[in-house]
Amino acid sequence: MMQGNEAITRGALDAGVRFFAGYPITPSTEIAEIMSVELPKVGGKFLQMEDEIGSLAAVIGASLTGVKAMTATSGPGFSLMQENLGYAYMTEVPCLVVNVMRGGPSTGLPTHPSQGDVMQARWGTHGDHPAIVLAPSSVLDCYVLTVRAINLAERFRTPVILLPDEVVAHMREDVTLPKKVDVVDREAPHVPPEWYYPYDDSTTDVGPLAPFGTGFRFHVTGLTHDRAGFATTVPAEVDRAIRNLKRKMDRFRLDIIQVERVHLTDAEVVVAAYGICARSAEAAVLQARAQGYRAGFVNLKTIWPFCFKLMQRVADTAKAIIVPELNLGQLVREFERAVCGRTQVVPISRVDGEAITPRQILDVIAELARPGGTT
Amino acid sequence: METARELNPSELMHEYLRQKKKFPHIWCSGCGIGTTMGAVIRAIADCELDRDRVVMVSGIGCSSRMPIYVDFNTLHTTHGRPIAFATGIKLARPELEVIVITGDGDAAAIGGNHLIHACRRNINLTVVCINNSIYGMTGGQASPTTPQGRVASTARYGDFERAFDLCDLTAGAGAAFVARGAVYYARQLEKLVAQAIRKKGFAFVEVVSQCPTYYGRFNKFKSPVEMLYWQRDNTVNVKAVAKMKPEELEGKLLTGVLADREYPEFTELYDKLIADLAAGRK
Repeated sequence: MMQGNEAITRGALDAGVRFFAGYPITPSTEIAEIMSVELPKVGGKFLQMEDEIGSLAAVIGASLTGVKAMTATSGPGFSLMQENLGYAYMTEVPCLVVNVMRGGPSTGLPTHPSQGDVMQARWGTHGDHPAIVLAPSSVLDCYVLTVRAINLAERFRTPVILLPDEVVAHMREDVTLPKKVDVVDREAPHVPPEWYYPYDDSTTDVGPLAPFGTGFRFHVTGLTHDRAGFATTVPAEVDRAIRNLKRKMDRFRLDIIQVERVHLTDAEVVVAAYGICARSAEAAVLQARAQGYRAGFVNLKTIWPFCFKLMQRVADTAKAIIVPELNLGQLVREFERAVCGRTQVVPISRVDGEAITPRQILDVIAELARPGGTT
Repeated sequence: METARELNPSELMHEYLRQKKKFPHIWCSGCGIGTTMGAVIRAIADCELDRDRVVMVSGIGCSSRMPIYVDFNTLHTTHGRPIAFATGIKLARPELEVIVITGDGDAAAIGGNHLIHACRRNINLTVVCINNSIYGMTGGQASPTTPQGRVASTARYGDFERAFDLCDLTAGAGAAFVARGAVYYARQLEKLVAQAIRKKGFAFVEVVSQCPTYYGRFNKFKSPVEMLYWQRDNTVNVKAVAKMKPEELEGKLLTGVLADREYPEFTELYDKLIADLAAGRK
């Protein structure tokens, strides 16, 4: 038996994370506690900072020295991290931010689940930027997606956000962890220091990042910068810098987006969910099938970038897509954008601090699957 | 290359500046930051630091533009946070020499919490805070070190708030090394920064500096030179204090080394923990 938060630490250590800085906050604190014990055993470093702002700052600093680095927090701390999160996007420094979602806004419900930070994880920091956000729905996912998040961060030189909800982070499940995982290490420069450009996108979308202290002596700034890293206001250079942040991920959307599909081929009603809602959704769909309904299930392990193409295809065949979320309807708007009114999109919202039950979802499936059924 | 010590001051500056890339600099005529940059470069040369291993970290503000111009590993971070970024760098790679360049607004207002906790944590950083008593880059607003009654663009009738004494603040928060220099005394400043770099532990150097463009104009200083004379006339070397009468010290800023203490250093404690765990001693 293992807890979700513990599985996150196991994934992080196996993926090569050797630096953690954080600040205590429910319901993510177990991650910091375990990392404080385990990191020094493998030669890594743990740091409890004075707040979440400093935590992400320290993580970015550590990552610039070539060390895989992460932090973990929850809603209020995630809000405090937004400025430095934008700094990491802008400076293209790999790191992992785990935000265990609890009820909000503000202090909200520290010990109850929520999925209210889905849009914040995409758009929380100011300015245009890409985002990779992964959502585990099981303890095994917590492990696997943490490894994947760190690999994506290193590959694309970007912060990646892991977005478990409180239930997934705190639940305990029997789990067999993979014996071996694929680990991606960031690319080192292939040129001598005098030829090195830290934001060189001439041959590849993601230029190599030289660790501080290895002779490359480059400049890093949150100001919009040219390929040498120095601030620029030249329109052509600014345009190139901002567009490349997006382009470097857009090209690899299919690699980044990971979605689990069950019974989709003949499904009339599709339940699309993430996190703990995906567990209830799966149970509801299997029960619906047993009762003769043609129900299907999609589990979005990658929330951002959003799986537009898949949902457009689902809209060709399904007459309804149900989107259960522990918020007042956030990701459901992406489904509406994807299907453009070609099929019915039905949200199920719950914001009372409890999880959506399979029964709640099953009732909606039954209603919609009925001939002429609508809600 | 000749060793840095053999170069004259001008050659030495050129040796450490990124000349091809980023000049002219952004600082106004008469600003104290350039003089401070010279002192920092001479101190780094004096300590014979390998420039590949020097990381200069700054926040936001006029002083925090310094890393653009120097040929080290340089990191221009978010407002108030350079000490937090530097803490991550130093803990991850203790072999790097991490020097933070910050200002009074950056270090003592928005970044005040990181400053005091870094003092308490005693991680081996050198923080040089260039205190010009005003927010220069945004146009002369009151800062936490604007003296009470002085004028700023957000305190046109005089600032109500008392100023922080940054050296008292950091010494009180437990910094291992605290010193104050002034732009007027550039050679003393250089020596203080060098001492701070050599100090094993958290070292803080306040630089009393001048902003003629805003602080000077708002507060009726006729020229940058007059502001430098103000520094000369309102500072006392701490070594001279014993020979002076209390009334002579009234309102004067003390310069020199104000605190120098030995505390266990954070990265050394951490490395010892790692070694103990590896050897099964814990």
